[in-house]
Amino acid sequence: MTAAIEFRKVTRSFGSVRAVDDVTLDVAAGEFFSMLGPSGSGKTTCLRLIAGFELPNSGHILLDGVDVSDVPPYDRDVNTVFQDYALFPHMSVLENVEYGLKVRHVAAEERHKRAAEMLALVKLSDFGERRPNQLSGGQRQRVALGRALINRPKVLLLDEPLGALDLKLREAMQIELKALQRELGITFVFVTHDQGVALSMSDRVAVFDRGRIVQVDTPRGLYSRPRNSFVAEFVGGANVLSAKLASSLLGLATPVAVRPEQMRILPAGASGEAGWVACPGTVADSQYHGATLRVQVRTSDGQLLTVARPESSEGDDSVRTGAAVQVAWPRTSVVELETERG
Amino acid sequence: MHSSYDRPSLLHRAAAVGGLVFMHFPVLIIVLYAFTTEDRTYQFPPPGLTLHWFTDAFTRSDIWSALGLSLGVAACATFAALVLGSLASLGLARSRFWGKEAITLALILPIALPGIITGISLLAALKLANVELGFWTIVLGHATFCLVIVYNNVIARLRRIPRSLTEASMDLGADGLQTLRYVLLPQLASALLAGGMLAFALSFDEIIVTLFTAGHQKTLPIWIYDQLFRPRERPLTNVVAVMVILITMLPIIAAYRLTRSSEERS
Amino acid sequence: MNVTGGGALSAAGGWSRGLSTFFYRRPNQYVLLLLVPPLLWFGTVYLGSLFSLLLQSFYSINDFTAEIVREPTLATYKQLLTQPAHVDIILRTMTMAIAVTVACSLIGFPVAYYMARYATPRMKTFFYIAVLLPMWTSYLVKVYAWRLILAKSGMLTWLLDTIGLGRALDAALATPVIGGPTLASSYIGMFIVFVYMWLPYMILPIHAALERVPRSLIQASADLGAKPGQTFRNVILPLAFPGVAAGSVFTFSLTLGDYIIPGVVGAPGYFIGMMVYQQQGLAGNIPLAAAFSVVPIVIIAIYLTIVKRFGAFDAL
Repeated sequence: MTAAIEFRKVTRSFGSVRAVDDVTLDVAAGEFFSMLGPSGSGKTTCLRLIAGFELPNSGHILLDGVDVSDVPPYDRDVNTVFQDYALFPHMSVLENVEYGLKVRHVAAEERHKRAAEMLALVKLSDFGERRPNQLSGGQRQRVALGRALINRPKVLLLDEPLGALDLKLREAMQIELKALQRELGITFVFVTHDQGVALSMSDRVAVFDRGRIVQVDTPRGLYSRPRNSFVAEFVGGANVLSAKLASSLLGLATPVAVRPEQMRILPAGASGEAGWVACPGTVADSQYHGATLRVQVRTSDGQLLTVARPESSEGDDSVRTGAAVQVAWPRTSVVELETERG
Repeated sequence: MHSSYDRPSLLHRAAAVGGLVFMHFPVLIIVLYAFTTEDRTYQFPPPGLTLHWFTDAFTRSDIWSALGLSLGVAACATFAALVLGSLASLGLARSRFWGKEAITLALILPIALPGIITGISLLAALKLANVELGFWTIVLGHATFCLVIVYNNVIARLRRIPRSLTEASMDLGADGLQTLRYVLLPQLASALLAGGMLAFALSFDEIIVTLFTAGHQKTLPIWIYDQLFRPRERPLTNVVAVMVILITMLPIIAAYRLTRSSEERS
Repeated sequence: MNVTGGGALSAAGGWSRGLSTFFYRRPNQYVLLLLVPPLLWFGTVYLGSLFSLLLQSFYSINDFTAEIVREPTLATYKQLLTQPAHVDIILRTMTMAIAVTVACSLIGFPVAYYMARYATPRMKTFFYIAVLLPMWTSYLVKVYAWRLILAKSGMLTWLLDTIGLGRALDAALATPVIGGPTLASSYIGMFIVFVYMWLPYMILPIHAALERVPRSLIQASADLGAKPGQTFRNVILPLAFPGVAAGSVFTFSLTLGDYIIPGVVGAPGYFIGMMVYQQQGLAGNIPLAAAFSVVPIVIIAIYLTIVKRFGAFDAL
């Protein structure tokens, strides 16, 4: 089955900087695909390459098997929801939404009808005559969404669309977007730096680091089998133990990762359970997060380990700063990493 | 830096107001003089007031032809400036290339260097090329700094339009021309209008460069200038001066308000 | 529009889309297309003529045939800088420029300060327009207005007579060098007109610089025990100075290059601008006129480098 989007050894440089460095990837039709990474990692540039706002310096970009590397954005069956929404300030909401039809010379009556339907879909039916500057951030996003979907594109690109929203709204939009994607059945490509968002919404995630894709996997795969320390730390904030520490504690040759929630804090000198590894240290700091307590423990050779444990309603004394403790975790929860960041 | 807890001294307030009055009374004097009945000297206070200089000016063919020339030159210069200035700002707003800084700096020169430099350079070059001085040489000089004015206005506006707007337009299916027509031009309209009006007013009022490039032609400012040395038509000159004030100040005020309101909106 | 196979849409419009796609694939040529007409114009008309001016300053004029000798030589510059009359002109112009700059700073600062410090937000717009309005009024009309005001029977004489300062005016006019038969033909008169014309160019940058002084700095100074005068001298004035420097660039260069005001309201002495105008006119001595024009350019360039140290460029 042809991939909806295909990158074949695509490179895009700006001067001497390789924003996208020899990237190859496939996105399947109907998939909710996320591109995750810190700022400057190349994920946004990749999105722009798909949309056609940038031309690759080398390599090929294919949509549905057709090479579109030098096809302009208006000839690609791809639409974008921009990070700043990019609504046309001098047009009303309705005019914004029907813009895609207008420039393809669809008759006025027809496009008003379809625009109205789209507004209903994004739940903004009464807002047609308003101007973008009269809308809230969440409303503007829906307009941007409706505007991008009016052409019924095969692929919808979303560039960090939830960044400007507050937490509650963000969570609500996540659920809505996911539902929308399932309902429409089109391919979504979602760019974000927030791993929580990527994990909760995607079918697959590509993790970007400095212009390259480090790992493409399902959310669970990324979380439980990170390939290197960058992925381990970026996705889920794992503790990464250097190769040296790994070999001394576990007898392994590669660096390893352990998730904070799999670790426990034991009193100093206590004996651990069978199959568990223990490491002594002192409590450096702790943060109360309501349901969990995150504790940073500094080991004897200076490494800082983070332990996340469920919190009872009263705290207990064993984790006050400066206390001598042991950090323990089951051997089976250790994930061997292929390399350090690399 | 506004502070509300201390008050300015009376002296200070007087100085500030005095400064403002100083800046405004000369123009008011001219307007007053346009109505004086005295036609030989610049006697103050005017012995009487009359409107007949205004009707007099109406009959003078030399004033009409000077006015016509000024309007014609301003119109041509403004048109050329709008076209060239817009092209320049579109080309420079979002591109990066070697030499861009130098070009941007060069475009400041017509405003940065004294007008006399522009005037003498143009004259020297025209003489060298054996070009006859007349209407088109005036337009040539005016169009050059009008270009800079339009360019400044349009590029300031362009820089406030996020790149994502044009990208969104193309993303939705509009090609370059459609994007220009539906997205860019409506947003640039106020800047183009303001730049055009400013250019028109400045061209109409221009004297410093025009004296060099006009040859035997007389624009309205040149007409006034001549009167300064051979003052045979004192009261008429005042009337013409009032005319110039109106024709130049009104577009400038309009341009200012246009620019302010578009800044406030964005 | 329908999708015809694959991820690329069929070309819907005709030539317009084709043209757009052509330039999409060649962004450099697009920029070139946009920039060539204006830059060609600007390059040949403006830069070209500036260059030819510089070039001609290195030519000379044959005194007998009054024709321009197109051979590079420094004779014209020599003539410019060695003849005492010429040096006089340059010095005279510079002196006036400096005097005008100082006067504009002294008058402009209180106005700008008042605007920035004491004007309520509503008054501020009023003040701002009040300063801009004279700037927007026709240059020539303003000069002409002063001609009327300074004339012997004009308004200023009448005003001074009415308030009893007529004698003072006569005394001032009797001063050697800067005095003259009437205000309208004396350096005093010229000075007044120059100050009037360029005052807004000084007020606006000072005002902008003062506006940028954070209120918190002034409050901190008072908080630390400084009296208002000390705060002014030690905090506000140094921070406002770049604005003064920026304004001085305008007043200085505008005075240096002006040729109309000295001719209309002036004493017999020549100024640089007048020399340029005159030399190219009757005398047809373009090389000398060109050489004279180079002088203000050089002076302004030097002044700009000096003033840059005071941060004027940030205040512009």
